Amino acid sequence: MIEELANGDSFIRRLDPRGKIVVVFLFSILVAAANRLQVLLYALVLGLLMVLAAKVPVKELLRRLIPVNILILFLWLFLPFTFGGETLLYVGPLAVTREGLFYATRITLKSNAMMLMLIALVASTPIFTMGHAMHRLGIPRKIVHLFFFTYRYIHVIYREYFRLKNSMKIRGFTPKTDLHTYKSFAYMVGMLLVRSFDRGQRVHNAMLCRGFKGNLYCLSKLSFKKGDIVSIVIMLTLIILLGVLEWKKTI
Amino acid sequence: MEKNDLIIHLRDICFNYPGSPKVLDRLDLKFYRGNRIGLMGPNGSGKTTLFHIIMGLLKPSFGSIEIFNRPVKTEKDFMGVRQKIGLLFQDADDQLFSPTVLEDVAFGPLNMGKSRDEAMEIARNTLNFLGLTGFEDRITYKLSGGEKKLVSLATVLAMEPEVLLFDEPTSGLDDRTKATLKDVLADLDLSYIIISHEIDFLDEIADSIYSMNNGKILFDKEVHVHQHVHAHPHGAYNHEHD
Repeated sequence: MIEELANGDSFIRRLDPRGKIVVVFLFSILVAAANRLQVLLYALVLGLLMVLAAKVPVKELLRRLIPVNILILFLWLFLPFTFGGETLLYVGPLAVTREGLFYATRITLKSNAMMLMLIALVASTPIFTMGHAMHRLGIPRKIVHLFFFTYRYIHVIYREYFRLKNSMKIRGFTPKTDLHTYKSFAYMVGMLLVRSFDRGQRVHNAMLCRGFKGNLYCLSKLSFKKGDIVSIVIMLTLIILLGVLEWKKTI
Repeated sequence: MEKNDLIIHLRDICFNYPGSPKVLDRLDLKFYRGNRIGLMGPNGSGKTTLFHIIMGLLKPSFGSIEIFNRPVKTEKDFMGVRQKIGLLFQDADDQLFSPTVLEDVAFGPLNMGKSRDEAMEIARNTLNFLGLTGFEDRITYKLSGGEKKLVSLATVLAMEPEVLLFDEPTSGLDDRTKATLKDVLADLDLSYIIISHEIDFLDEIADSIYSMNNGKILFDKEVHVHQHVHAHPHGAYNHEHD
C-alpha cells in the first residue's frame, strides 16, 4: 500500500491530474448511486479499460483488489441469506433470496469498479502532483497538507514500528493471547503515537527554519492540453451516458 | 573584533523545559563573523536547546538575544534570522519532507520569495556544488543515510545563509561521507557552530572548541576538552594513569 505505483509511462500518466481527479470523483458518485446491474457492469468494464490504459502491473492490481474482495466475500456469506424477498433456492435449512443475491452482486460490482478507477488514477499520478492538483481544485489547504504529510511520514512511522517490533522480538517477545501481549502492544502503539507527535514537532520546526509561512509550492506546471480536453469530454460523456441509462433505463 | 562582525550575541540566557531543572543557566555567547566553533558536551547539556533558542524555536525564560546587532524577540523578528542562519537538524528525516530532492531543496528559496525558475536554478546549483548532480528526482525517503545528510545540507545552503548551525552532522555517517562533509565545510566561506562528540572531526574543521556544562559554555582553554582514546577494561570509568 505504501509503495508508490506511479512509475512507467502511459497515455493516462501524461494527462492533467486535475481532470483525472474530477473524472474519478464523478464516476464514483455515479457508481455509488447506480442500482441497475447493466450500468454497474458497464462501469466495471470502463474501470478495467482505464487500468489497462494506465498499464498497471497485474501483480500490483491483484495486491490491491484481493483485500477488498475478501471483505466482499464475507458479505456473500451473509447477504443472500439474510435479505428478505423472493426465495430462489434452499441451502440446507437456509433460504437464498433473489434480492439478497442481487444486493451482493451490486456491492461486488460497485466496489470493484470504483477500486479499478482509483487504482488507475493513483497508478498514473505521482502523489505530489496529486496534492497540487487537489490544491488547484480548491480543496482546503489543510486537507492537502494532511494528505501530503501522511504520505511522506507513513514510511518513517512504519520504519519506527519495525524497529520497535524488532527490539521486542530480540528480547524474546512472542505474541500470545494474554495480558502481557496486549500490554506490550499497547505500549508499542502508545510509543509510536508519542514519537510521531515529536516527529511532527521537529518537522514543523525544520520547516520554520526554512521560512515556512503556510504555503507549499509546486515546481511542476499544470496545464490543460488538447489531449486533456478530449479525454475529459470522452469520459464525461461516458459517465453521463451511464447516468442516463440508470435513470431512463434506456438510451 | 569589530562590533559589526558580532553576529550572535546571547546574554544571560536561561531555559528549562516544563517540570525540569534549568538546561541553560545564565549562558553567554558572542559569535563573530568568520568564527568556526566546535561545541562539545555531555548528552542533555543543552547544546541542541541552545541552537533552537538562536533560531527562535524555543523561547528563553530569561536573557536577551541580539542577532546582527538587533534584539530579536518575536516570531516575526526570528523569520528574518532564519534567512541568515541555517540549522541542520540531527535527523535528516525531520528536514526532508518533500517527496523529491529538488522540491525539498527549492522549498527554502521559494519561501524567501524567489520565483519558481529561480528556486529551481538555485536548487540545481546547490546540488551540483555538493556533488549531488542527478539527484533532483530521487525520492527523499529512499536515499541512504549519508545522501540524506548531504541533501539536507543542500536544503539549508540553498537559502544562502551567513551562519550555519550543525547539530551532530556526523552521527551515523561513514568515513567517506564525513570526508565529503569536511571538504564542503572547507570550501564554504561561512561561519559556523558545530555540535559533535567527535574530537578528531572538530579538530580538523573548527578553529576553537568550546564545551558545555552546567548550562553554560566554557571558553577557558584550561577546561578544553581532554580526550584520549585507548582500550582497556576500565576505559569506561574514571581512572588515572601512572
